[in-house]
Amino acid sequence: MSDTVQQHNQKSYLEYQGRFKGLFAWIFSTDHKRIGLLYLYSMLVLFSVAAIIGLLMKIELIAPGKTIMDAQTYNSFFTLHGITMIFLIVVPGLPAVFGNFFLPIMIGAKDVAFPKLNLLSWWIYILGALIALSAQFLGDGPPDTGWTFYAPYSFRTGTNMLPAVTGAFILGFSSIATGLNFIVTIHRMRAPGMSWMKMPLFPWALYGTAWIQVLATPIVGVTLLMIVLERTMQIGFFDPALGGDPILYQHLFWIYSHPAVYIMILPAMGVISEIIPTFARKTIFGYKAIVVSTLAIAFVGYFVWGHHMFTSGMSGTALYTFSILTFFVAIPSAIKIFNWVATLHKASIDIQTPFLWALCFLFVFMIGGLSGMVLGALSANVHLHDTAFVVAHFHFIVFGGTGFAFFGALHYWFPKMFGRMYDKGWANIGLAVFFTGFNTLYLPMFYLGMIGMPRRYYDYVEEFHGPNIVSSFGAMLMIAGLIIIITNLVRSARKGEKAVADPWLGKTLEWTISSPPSLENFEEIPLVTKAPYNYE
Amino acid sequence: MNNHVHIDEHRDDEGAKTGMWIFIFTEILLFGGLFIVYSVYRYLNPLAFHLAAHELSTFIGTLNTVILLVSSMTIAMSITAIQYKNKKLTLILMGITLLLAFIFLVNKYFEWSGKISHGIYPGSEILQEASRGEILFFGLYYAMTGLHALHIIIGMAFIGYVMRMVAKNEVRHDNFILLENSGLYWHLVDLIWIFLFPLFYLIT
Repeated sequence: MSDTVQQHNQKSYLEYQGRFKGLFAWIFSTDHKRIGLLYLYSMLVLFSVAAIIGLLMKIELIAPGKTIMDAQTYNSFFTLHGITMIFLIVVPGLPAVFGNFFLPIMIGAKDVAFPKLNLLSWWIYILGALIALSAQFLGDGPPDTGWTFYAPYSFRTGTNMLPAVTGAFILGFSSIATGLNFIVTIHRMRAPGMSWMKMPLFPWALYGTAWIQVLATPIVGVTLLMIVLERTMQIGFFDPALGGDPILYQHLFWIYSHPAVYIMILPAMGVISEIIPTFARKTIFGYKAIVVSTLAIAFVGYFVWGHHMFTSGMSGTALYTFSILTFFVAIPSAIKIFNWVATLHKASIDIQTPFLWALCFLFVFMIGGLSGMVLGALSANVHLHDTAFVVAHFHFIVFGGTGFAFFGALHYWFPKMFGRMYDKGWANIGLAVFFTGFNTLYLPMFYLGMIGMPRRYYDYVEEFHGPNIVSSFGAMLMIAGLIIIITNLVRSARKGEKAVADPWLGKTLEWTISSPPSLENFEEIPLVTKAPYNYE
Repeated sequence: MNNHVHIDEHRDDEGAKTGMWIFIFTEILLFGGLFIVYSVYRYLNPLAFHLAAHELSTFIGTLNTVILLVSSMTIAMSITAIQYKNKKLTLILMGITLLLAFIFLVNKYFEWSGKISHGIYPGSEILQEASRGEILFFGLYYAMTGLHALHIIIGMAFIGYVMRMVAKNEVRHDNFILLENSGLYWHLVDLIWIFLFPLFYLIT
């Protein structure tokens, strides 16, 4: 853009009047902060819908037999829930919302490297979302394959798969564009004096994530494209009748989708690495170890995809290799947990809502990670494959990990983003209800999985009834917690007290500028001389 | 000018080029998925792939390879030309690139329509009765060369856009990163063909 505009030093990015007015001032804005909020609002809407669908599924499971929906509806519900949550919320989530908003600020830049590409990636996101969701309303009924689109069912089923798969394919471009943008931004736009080892850990996590986005997403892109071609033109890639191999689909799908798990969790770890030192008033323990483990996770994460397919048919050697690598990838995660806890040792801790979110994250993430080890062990996996245990593990990691970090980040950076403070009392109550509901919902599913309840069935035998009642009750409690949290935040964004520039006494660059930031973030690009969490 | 500032004046050629290279990685990985599928099925059906490859015309394949290599040369030359401030030569060389790309597509059209008129296309009756290896070979042939042809079209649009920029003097001898990036993209399209050509036409 080559527009010349008057400089308004005092006006925040929320009040700034650009070329357009009203809604257009947002959806055509190339300001990274506004784009971050566009993603936030889009995701909150989609998340609410997908969470309600999850609740409806849990209500269906409150009793054996048909409760509120039939089998086909249940199938399409878990598909819609999975596609929305994975492709539209958890994978893009933290980088798109908080990465966009805070990456440039935290490295002392005025914007990302390619602001127009950044806006384009939001538009691609919306396009992909609309196409994927149109599958619900058009054609021969909503998709029913689950979010993994396993072949050969995904091209044999009569339901409307094409838009769902195409939508996921398009969303990949949005992800690639964001990743590419962040890599170049981090390489080229760090403030003077900010060497790599002086960069805060959230940007570091985004850097690792961005490489995964760039290097893994194209594979799933082309795999989904093959499903599209298979459905439309009968090419035969994965169709046994035409010589293809459905297992090959699983390999290609998980070559992307396992690294994608680290796209989800790495930025979450980055958020926690920001929150903990701020409220511990102490520099983070083992900064370099966290950086190295971030990169190690990003790297080793590429070589463990086979652990999704232990029962699909692979050679013994492949099974052992994937299993041992799966155990290896747990090591860097454990190093991080150790560092976070060590940071708290002898710290003068200020207990505030974001810090409580971080603590809850540690709790649920540990359960999620350790149950992952159970699944990574070959013999246990054979017993637990495709049971409720997997669903519980997955939700502890993805919802417990990324979800808790997302809400933690929202409570941590909320004063900076909106320039207002939320009601801390209600925020804590919301967290308590949410945390209780979360554990009540998913812990019984570990037990259900171990005694043999399969996933993805709308019905079950009488023996499973008790834990399912507890679990469904937990789901209701959790949704109640979510309602409290979101209501509190939405209300506070408009009516909360004005926030000061540095409400938490943080030391990273975003706390040195006004809340909310001005259009260009910094009047002068800062000179960085100290490590990021310097409380000396 | 005193109380005016340019926002977004930031220009970083090195950054733009880094971005393009990363994008090129993603394109290579996109085709990488198909190359993996190709290698797996070639390994499983060596004889059928051998026989099916005889159906393809090595002459048209070679011709198209030469055409693409020359077009890669002309776009590289145009980047040198613009640095010598020779706008006219730049435009001519870019025009030649576009023309060669178009000829490539025309050849591709005749090649495909020839196959289709012989009843060789995915889902055709002739192919239904062929061996599974042959079905896969032609499925991959259409998918991979088709995706490549799509990239040719995207590359042509990109070069066409940059040509307009050169004509409007928006891309100049001191600001030609856009041309350089379009050249990089075009080399990528060429490079992928360099791998597709032996895999489908030469290894028999």
